[in-house]
Amino acid sequence: MPIRSRLAVGVGRLVSASSKAVHLGSGSVIGGRAALFVSPQLLRDLTAGREVVIVSATNGKTTTTRLIAAALAGDRPVVSNSMGANMTAGIVAALGGAATNATAVLEVDERWVAGVLRATSAGTVVLLNLSRDQLDRTQEVRKLAESWRTCLAATPPATVIANADDPLVVWAAHAAPNVIWVATGQDWRADAAGCPQCAGRISFTGVTWRCTDCDLARPDPTLTVEDTAIVTSEYRLPISMQIPGRVNIVNAAFALATARSLAVPEDIAVAGLQSVEEVAGRYRVTSLAGRPVRLLLAKNPAGWHEAIELLADPPAPVVVSINARIADGHDPSWLWDVDFERLRSRFVVATGERRHDLAVRLRYADVEHATADTIDEALRVAMGRPTYIAGHAVDIAANYTAFQEYFERVGGST
Amino acid sequence: MSTPRSSESVVRICSLYPDLLGTYGDGGNASVLAQRLRWRNIVVDLVSIDAGRSVPESCDLYLVGGGEDGPQTRATQELQTSGALKRAAENGAVVFAVCAGMQILGERFPDMDGVDRAGLGLLDCVTVRVDRARAVGELLTHDAAITAPDGTVRALGTLTGFENHAGRTIAGPSATTLGRVEIGEGNGDGSEGVVNGSVVGTYLHGPALARNPALADALLRWIVGDAALTPLDDSDVDALRADRHLAARAHELAPRRSWRDRLRGS
Repeated sequence: MPIRSRLAVGVGRLVSASSKAVHLGSGSVIGGRAALFVSPQLLRDLTAGREVVIVSATNGKTTTTRLIAAALAGDRPVVSNSMGANMTAGIVAALGGAATNATAVLEVDERWVAGVLRATSAGTVVLLNLSRDQLDRTQEVRKLAESWRTCLAATPPATVIANADDPLVVWAAHAAPNVIWVATGQDWRADAAGCPQCAGRISFTGVTWRCTDCDLARPDPTLTVEDTAIVTSEYRLPISMQIPGRVNIVNAAFALATARSLAVPEDIAVAGLQSVEEVAGRYRVTSLAGRPVRLLLAKNPAGWHEAIELLADPPAPVVVSINARIADGHDPSWLWDVDFERLRSRFVVATGERRHDLAVRLRYADVEHATADTIDEALRVAMGRPTYIAGHAVDIAANYTAFQEYFERVGGST
Repeated sequence: MSTPRSSESVVRICSLYPDLLGTYGDGGNASVLAQRLRWRNIVVDLVSIDAGRSVPESCDLYLVGGGEDGPQTRATQELQTSGALKRAAENGAVVFAVCAGMQILGERFPDMDGVDRAGLGLLDCVTVRVDRARAVGELLTHDAAITAPDGTVRALGTLTGFENHAGRTIAGPSATTLGRVEIGEGNGDGSEGVVNGSVVGTYLHGPALARNPALADALLRWIVGDAALTPLDDSDVDALRADRHLAARAHELAPRRSWRDRLRGS
């Protein structure tokens, strides 16, 4: 590695350690920024000659990155930005201390895929989904798909692993020469009605879909997720994950496909996938304000569509926390795109800075609810409900900054 | 206006093209109207018409939501080709349109390439593109009022919502507006919203009718009459409105340049 980039890594570590010492967080992003200031080419230098996997999506990229790292780890050294710092600075910080032969498994913000792919010439790109998120600050989803499509054509990775059931992802991935398609059974379709390729419409029939006007259609999948099994033309592999929900079987399928394409023995990959108990504070039972809780992240309509399924069975009360800071998007009108009617058999405690927006949404969804000014009060109210079973963890579903706040309180670092 | 337009017992509400114009939780306006009728024991028939499907002309109320520039142009073409919405409105159906939806109901609006396009002409207004930052933030209109098709004016109190649009809309002489903007941009000349007969447009989303039950009931009153609109428990909405008034007046979310605007250098 050039001397300038070696120096940059050292500077980054120093800044990061200083930041951590004065309790400004883990310091990885600020350390990465300092390192990039010293050597703007640092990401290229840190990944030269290295096997690189890029993972991007609107939802599930942190979890899938973690699962891919776990699937590969029994076979080879792996380095990953496992805490979700997914723009160039966070990636550089994660790679700074890595062994040169370690495979880099990189979660990449959906807007940064082009830049990171260009710098790393990644051999594998995993594309999970694209849907509306943070509308007052993020680009229209079709434009994101277009940026993926353009960069896959310009810097073609050896393998793209992509969601066959997301028309936006399929359109983007078609630009790559070699695609492994994963049939996820994704049924969030609100952002896929218009064809991304022409002015036509996507028509969904049963498990398949096609454009009414052009040739864009669901590709034949290599892997298919069926209930709790991953199915290919050769085998049916039942998978027993410790992290909950169908959505995580889907994420595991992407991880398995990635491991297969990197020639990791299947038993090693599966053992790795099944060993994952939590991902960046999600899913695991922990203690907040002395009370047992389980944290779940849900930050947009498609994410909520999956998250409601992960909640404890009704009638257990749940806490839902909504903020609307810059990282969340200032406009929580997306709450009206979430099918909160599915919470009708539960009592919901609304908290977070936009608890009143949520309470109005729950009122119109005919969901029994209360508001609480603080998370401590919210937990007290939930645990005081007759449907709460003593000793059980209360599920807290929170959007991005609310989740980060609680995660820090339970002892996680971001 | 106290004479019910609908003599039938079912109120039919049509959400137009939620697949094209549903960017800002616009479906919420349909849910709010439907629930406010159901809670008063009025039967509701809620239909949702995706682009490409034929639009029924017999509904009592039509909702047109907000959307990006491309889908906005597409929706306009479909509505012009079908003509159903225009005929329904001319027959007295209530139309409530938000943001891009309001723009396409006017006389003219700029399309995705900045080219002036003809709208449906249901609202006496034109929308132009102006060389200024996109209006994004809380929108507060005080002492708002709505003019009914029979000319009577009904006070709505304060209207609250979130706006996110680039165009400026100028109301013509035959239109009325919903009020004067206190915080935010609204139409861009200090007024907010455009009303012609039973057609109502606004830059408020949030969605608008969830945050402003007085506006929701004003539209429903034109359909079911005064007597049917018994009081409802709006305590959750009252708390939200109080919270958003404070936020808007504290300029928590005053119109600002988004990072996209900064990138564009506008």
